Amino acid sequence: MDVIVCVKHVPETAEAEIKIDATEKSIEKSGLVFDINEWDDYALEEAVQIKEKHGGTVTAITIGPEDADSTLRKCLARGADNAIRLTDPKFEGSDSYAIAKILHKAVKDLPFNILLTGALAGDDGYTATGPILATLLGISHVTMVKKIGLNGDLVKVNRELEGGLEEQVEVKLPAVLTIQTGINEPRYVSIMGIRKAMQKEIKVLGLAEIGLGENEVGEAGSWIRIKKMYVPPVEKQAEFLDGNPEEVAGKIADIIKARGLV
Amino acid sequence: MTPIFVLAEHRRGQIRDITFEMLTKARELAQKTNAELTAVLCGKDVQEHAKTLSEYSNRVLLVDDAKLENFNAQAYQIVLSNLIKEHKPLITLVGHTSFGIDLAPSLAVSLGLPLATDCIELAFETGTLTVTRQMYGGKVNATAVLNKAESYIVTVRQATFPAEKAASVGDVIEVPSPISEDITQKLFIEYLLPPPGGVDITAADVLIGVGRGIKDESEIPQLEQLAKALGGALACSRPIVDKGWLPNDRQVGSSGKTVKPKLYLALGISGAFQHVLGMKSSDLIIAVNKDKNAPIFSVADYGVVEDLFKLVPPLTAKVNELRG
Repeated sequence: MDVIVCVKHVPETAEAEIKIDATEKSIEKSGLVFDINEWDDYALEEAVQIKEKHGGTVTAITIGPEDADSTLRKCLARGADNAIRLTDPKFEGSDSYAIAKILHKAVKDLPFNILLTGALAGDDGYTATGPILATLLGISHVTMVKKIGLNGDLVKVNRELEGGLEEQVEVKLPAVLTIQTGINEPRYVSIMGIRKAMQKEIKVLGLAEIGLGENEVGEAGSWIRIKKMYVPPVEKQAEFLDGNPEEVAGKIADIIKARGLV
Repeated sequence: MTPIFVLAEHRRGQIRDITFEMLTKARELAQKTNAELTAVLCGKDVQEHAKTLSEYSNRVLLVDDAKLENFNAQAYQIVLSNLIKEHKPLITLVGHTSFGIDLAPSLAVSLGLPLATDCIELAFETGTLTVTRQMYGGKVNATAVLNKAESYIVTVRQATFPAEKAASVGDVIEVPSPISEDITQKLFIEYLLPPPGGVDITAADVLIGVGRGIKDESEIPQLEQLAKALGGALACSRPIVDKGWLPNDRQVGSSGKTVKPKLYLALGISGAFQHVLGMKSSDLIIAVNKDKNAPIFSVADYGVVEDLFKLVPPLTAKVNELRG
């Protein structure tokens, strides 16, 4: 069972303060820590678990500049056999459609049974790259996957719906499955593992090598172009309670007491 | 008249709220562009749904087929592709839901139409479709334009627009199903309901909601202690369930439960849209987060910019003191 896993190298922003940069089309990246996209982290783990159970190989692919190698190294350390980085300055500004076209060119001639990727990326949140890629490849897709059950050339998967509900669907392989967080427990990578992965080769391919024209990628090849980014206006702001923890705890206690909650 | 399409989403006998929200937003677009607001309803024996939708739209296109009984992206795509080719809508709105996410991208590719996903605002400005989307977990808004095309597909975020009926009731038009062959690529098997039992967080008067600010499972018991002192229960955002630190019946948000306690104390929760959706109607919200710009502070009544673990011990002590 050969698995391709498409991963993205993204800034961790959940707990970081974000500033818009001077172009107003991007955020200030300096000072942010980059890592594998959280959803892709689960996709990677799922890929490695499929290999461990059914044999075969795992190929990790990313799009991005040299920095993104650290995410590929993580994939290799965690059990991926091959790593490919697709890179070109012209890729800048690509939306999910342009990204899917780039990935399509890179994977269409590779042998694989399952292609996994995160259900979405924590930075742009398009939630569309996987199913677009599947459509370009002419194969089935299932999004928001919480469980994978392989059975020959069929795969039964549980999809997450809203409100705690799931549905089970069945598709034929090859297929693209987009992975929801919580599907597994991504394994820990040891320093030794990362060191070993440093020696493995990362194949680097550019625009011409994958056979796409300049107008098929970046903003020119996208459906959607960002005009302006801004910090959402605050419609309502909490009343901030100041002081040291002891004082703040006292203020909170007073508020909940006044409300008759204790 | 050029239509604007809204794909009705329904599940297990109920029309989902996103449908009415999209219809309400689309009505505004239709008025501005002089278009006909059209609800597209696919299903089996869904005449009742068609009647309901007619109260929100100019007309309802009803496609009745046993193969459309449960949502199936492959079957829906056949129907939508046919209808879009025939009626050439200005735009087709689909919910940014598990259903919509499975359908809209491949529909867009196969029709060669531009797609914008998870939009919280959309408008036609001088013939160009401009949308607003959120990025970086809701910390950034982005306005974006779509390539000019004869039609567009947009997925719309849930709980973003209000749901209001139209002034008049529209027509219901039955359209024959274009599905001629069996659906074989993707088969719906069954719905899987969450297991019963466990703690019912929707019944609690006081909830402590914990999120990404928790770094280790060993930190959970002291939060349970605080919840206990307050006579409440411990709830959480998605990352805590993903890590397996709390069972999924404790999850608050769009993929978990909607709660409305008298007090929701959010500890180390940034306030991503998905979580906020499940707790914003709480009577009193107090949030503690290290990032002063965390979106949770625009939902909370009171905010504390602090490391939650510095606050929890004195707060637990104070609450215990109050209770005597």
